[in-house]
Amino acid sequence: MSDSVNNQLLSTPQDFNFGPGEENALLLDCGRKLYEVNLRYEVYGKLSAKKDNAILIHHALTGDAHVAGKHSPEDRKPGWWDEMVGPGKFIDTDKYFVICSNVIGGCSGSTGPRSIDPATGKLYNLDFPVVTIADMVRAQKRLIDHLGIEKLLAVVGGSMGGMQSLEWGRLYPDMVKSVIAIATTSQLGSQSIAFNWVGSQAIRSDINFNNGEYTVNPEHGLATARMLAHITYLSDESMSRKFGRNLQDAESYSFAFKRDFAVESYLEYQGQRFVERFDANSYLYITRAIDYYDLANGGDLAEAMKSYKADLLVVSFSSDWLFTTAQSEVIVKAALANDLNCSFCEIESSYGHDAFLLEVDRLGALIRDFLHNQQEEF
Amino acid sequence: MSKKAVISPETTAEAIISRPDLRRMAELIEPGSRVLDLGCGSGEFLGFLKKRKNIRPLGVEIDADMVAECVKRGIPVIHGDLNSNLDYLQSASFDCVLLTRVLQELTNPEAVLKEVVRIGKRGLVGFINFGHIRNRWQLALAGRMPKNVALPHEWYNTPNIHLGTIRDFRDLCDSLDIEIIRSFPVGRDRSFLAANLPNLFAYACIFEIRNKK
Repeated sequence: MSDSVNNQLLSTPQDFNFGPGEENALLLDCGRKLYEVNLRYEVYGKLSAKKDNAILIHHALTGDAHVAGKHSPEDRKPGWWDEMVGPGKFIDTDKYFVICSNVIGGCSGSTGPRSIDPATGKLYNLDFPVVTIADMVRAQKRLIDHLGIEKLLAVVGGSMGGMQSLEWGRLYPDMVKSVIAIATTSQLGSQSIAFNWVGSQAIRSDINFNNGEYTVNPEHGLATARMLAHITYLSDESMSRKFGRNLQDAESYSFAFKRDFAVESYLEYQGQRFVERFDANSYLYITRAIDYYDLANGGDLAEAMKSYKADLLVVSFSSDWLFTTAQSEVIVKAALANDLNCSFCEIESSYGHDAFLLEVDRLGALIRDFLHNQQEEF
Repeated sequence: MSKKAVISPETTAEAIISRPDLRRMAELIEPGSRVLDLGCGSGEFLGFLKKRKNIRPLGVEIDADMVAECVKRGIPVIHGDLNSNLDYLQSASFDCVLLTRVLQELTNPEAVLKEVVRIGKRGLVGFINFGHIRNRWQLALAGRMPKNVALPHEWYNTPNIHLGTIRDFRDLCDSLDIEIIRSFPVGRDRSFLAANLPNLFAYACIFEIRNKK
């Protein structure tokens, strides 16, 4: 990737509100309605006069709307996909209008369990309705309508972001020219549900959790959940290479239950960094949304994708054992059964699930070229 | 399975037309049809057919770099190995399935040939004829495995692990209940000989096949 023309991409978070009245409220899969919903989002680039260059990016479990650039030049770090998105980059903001919003249920500005319930004037906490991936997408659809975009050139996402992208193609087939689904799956398998359950237990059994009515973030439980999840984002190979059996600060074992190994120290660090920026209730709600996610709705995936019109680009990574190549191939098979234009590539990588954030050059080239051809056909 | 050389779009059309087997295959493809190319390489041939014949293409390719080339060309492509399961491709979902000169590189050509006629209403298979006189000549006189323009490798490093003759191919189709609708021997400059004595004078042959059942 050539250096970007101008790395001073600045973005400002914006808010979009909807659902003050009964009719405008967001009807959720659980049957309840969400009122006075806020979506915090960011945009990059300019919407073309023909409105044919809009790309909606979906963030993963713990990501947010801040995809690229900085909010101010003093920011220490740019957005989470800054290597991918920006002027002259693979998703070129000189060419495309890029949108990303925080999911509902999250803790980065969109309505979630730590928002005020308009009915009671108090925090929702565990009174917040359990939302699904499809609910997140329905909320985003309101935003896209609000922005005056009739059809998106592409919906793009990795991991949970890929689930949302796939759901967009099913729910709003006429609004999506193409779907780019990276390191994702059409339904959560029992192994992943099991990992989420352990994380959820860790949070709910934290001494500070107080049935979600905490005043202090239940850090111990949340950090434990994060450490467990973080292991599933890596691979045996990448961990062996990075840490091996290296000891952290000592020459020999402590013969006690201290942090002896480098990998233990790394996980603790990841857990601690995470609790500084993420809310425990949101973690419960979002992992629940992922647990419930099944594009096939309990039936046949090809049947569920009958409504699909979008072209697909499906990408997996060879060492990803959370959402495997075989799971991507299930999506490909269902797409081909519906005679859709579908491309699939497995990128060779040792990074595990995290490869979708790390293998930027090879993934980026695929996305750039795919988008280019999609816009030619738009 | 993949041809490593990536040719620019301008030279591609000329290169394809200059290759008699591909030129002939292109003539056999219905405009506007749904075409699958197994072992499609960088998608040159499908790109050519899309442009010239307005076909709706899909490729299958094992090499990730070639897959990326297909995506660049705007050719839908599945990254996969022809030697493993192809059941993600529905029966009779393509008007035509192409297998251009890759049959001899496959672990199990028999299984793939069955897949060609399952997935496609018809198949077009390009076949290298090991029975060509030049190969026989080299083997008979030098007593060594043939090495020439069509078969440039040594016996121990060749990707061509399943070489056969035109007669062998016909026997295999027969045993698999595959009908050979038409065949088009491809010769170099002696087209008269290739047409009449293909097993001796055609260096390759295109078979148009379908399931008998």
